[in-house]
Amino acid sequence: MGERILMRGNEALCEGAIIAGCKYYFGYPITPQNEIPAYMANRLPEVGGVFLQAESEIASINMIWGAGCAGKRAMTSSSSPGISLMQEGISYLAGAELPAVIVNMVRGGPGLGNIAPAQSDYFQSTRGGGHGDYYVIVLAPATVEELTHMMVDAFDLADIYRTPVIVLGDGVLGQMTEPLVLPEPSTRVIPEKDYILDGAKNRKPRTIKSLRLAPQQALEDHNMELKKKYEEIMKKEVRYEGYMIDDAEIIVVSFGTSSRVCKSSIQMVRENGIKVGMIRPVTLWPFPSEIISDLAKNTGVRAFLDVEMNYGQMIEDVKLSVNGEKEVHFYGRTGGMLPDENELYNKIMEVVNEYCIQET
Amino acid sequence: MNIVYRRPESLKKKTMHYCPGCGHSIIHKLIASVIDELQIREDTIIVSPVGCSVLIYDYFECDGTESAHGRAQAVSTGLKRVQPDKLVICYQGDGDLAAIGTSETIHSANRGENFTVIFVNNAIYGMTGGQMAPTTLIGQKTQTSPFGRDPVLAGYPLKMCELLNQLKAPAYIERVSVHDVKNTIKTQKAIKKGLSYQMNGMGYSFIEVLSMCPTNWGTAPVQAAQWVKEHLASYYPLGVFRDNGASEEYK
Repeated sequence: MGERILMRGNEALCEGAIIAGCKYYFGYPITPQNEIPAYMANRLPEVGGVFLQAESEIASINMIWGAGCAGKRAMTSSSSPGISLMQEGISYLAGAELPAVIVNMVRGGPGLGNIAPAQSDYFQSTRGGGHGDYYVIVLAPATVEELTHMMVDAFDLADIYRTPVIVLGDGVLGQMTEPLVLPEPSTRVIPEKDYILDGAKNRKPRTIKSLRLAPQQALEDHNMELKKKYEEIMKKEVRYEGYMIDDAEIIVVSFGTSSRVCKSSIQMVRENGIKVGMIRPVTLWPFPSEIISDLAKNTGVRAFLDVEMNYGQMIEDVKLSVNGEKEVHFYGRTGGMLPDENELYNKIMEVVNEYCIQET
Repeated sequence: MNIVYRRPESLKKKTMHYCPGCGHSIIHKLIASVIDELQIREDTIIVSPVGCSVLIYDYFECDGTESAHGRAQAVSTGLKRVQPDKLVICYQGDGDLAAIGTSETIHSANRGENFTVIFVNNAIYGMTGGQMAPTTLIGQKTQTSPFGRDPVLAGYPLKMCELLNQLKAPAYIERVSVHDVKNTIKTQKAIKKGLSYQMNGMGYSFIEVLSMCPTNWGTAPVQAAQWVKEHLASYYPLGVFRDNGASEEYK
């Protein structure tokens, strides 16, 4: 076990990436993630890597394409408006099956919005985000340590499944300083990169592309292959945290920063002897539907409360998983506002009062 | 028997999809000849644009990748920065390079990225069926300038070599043409120079090639070549704008 250190989220994630073997960073400034390029600009030359400030997020994501073609671990980072600009590139990466790691420190939107923490990019992240039939893996950390360790996981997943992976944080996670132990390098077996463009020496020339014109069904065939891959990811890579769910009558569903506030409120509610627990999706795509479905069918569970820092995006996935078995309530703050534990406590108690007979 | 002319080995034995009289096939062959001559086939990666030449990777015995519209130089930057020992040829048309990709072009040039850009200027969007390009001449009729390009409405044709020549970083900027044999030979020499400079780590080279698009110009191939000579080359003067290799500093 390594040394316990204190680091800011945006900087700690860079160390996680470097431990994962990332030597290349391409990005463009935007708040609240500016510590990432600043840290990489200092740190990557030390590990024999390259930091390059691109002329735009559009250029950044396409530089990632170039690095991915060469089979190198590379990353970019941005915040909401910048991630919107990258969506064309992410669609291309998904189509061409190139690995990439993209960090999104989400800020309030729509538009220029504000620079405060938000979770309003849930739809964009979990529904592909750009044009065409595809998904990307979305990892949602809740602590600086988890964020740092997740970078190693993100690079592995990107290489194993040859897909873009989005690490979805927010302004709080990026800016917050927390104690952590840095991750160990991965021991996962990464498939040999037999697709990379490093010059056609003693082998046939290779092409990396997303264009599939002929025969007529070429694109459908390819998309069906992608679908198979996505189904495999849904089967193998779902991650979530169950918090006090064993005896819970009310299940809160929340991810990232808002899930931390939920934990505090759940502890407050538990002090009243009321059984509340939480499912915290760690992968937003693939979504942990199975555990939520199971809980919904459990007769001990009376209702769900979805909590997000937006006005209701993940709730659609929660409702699909609950599939009408139980009511799903919602509490959210939007526009870069954070809920506090008292307002969440009140909301949980409101749901409790509706569904639970309290022993007096 | 002494063979004086043959298909370059770097070019696949494949019928190209280009229209009769199109300049792309000529330029492809010139690039392949240079790759053969410099013996760099096994180290070369070709980045294709969006446009008629998107399928360039189908014609070369080299590694290749596509890029989103306008992003070829960002892709080339990524490729080259992570494997500086490989050679990157970035092939783009006028819509791709000088409209949607102007930002990537200027900034790659300004950083002096060590790759070679082949910019094919035929003054029109070919693949989409003949719309006005940033390089369409004043008065030139296209699908989207049906009364001829009017600078009041659409501005002036963009001179990319002149624009990039304002920057400090590029190592080599030349405008050539493939409308006749003499100029085609000059074009091959320019491509060779650009790639040689890249091999020597001299930085960004930009070769603009004036080319024919008879289909979308609505002309026969012979007249199209004539039109390049009379109209395109008179607005876009041929010649060397920058050649760091020829300067004293590099001798």
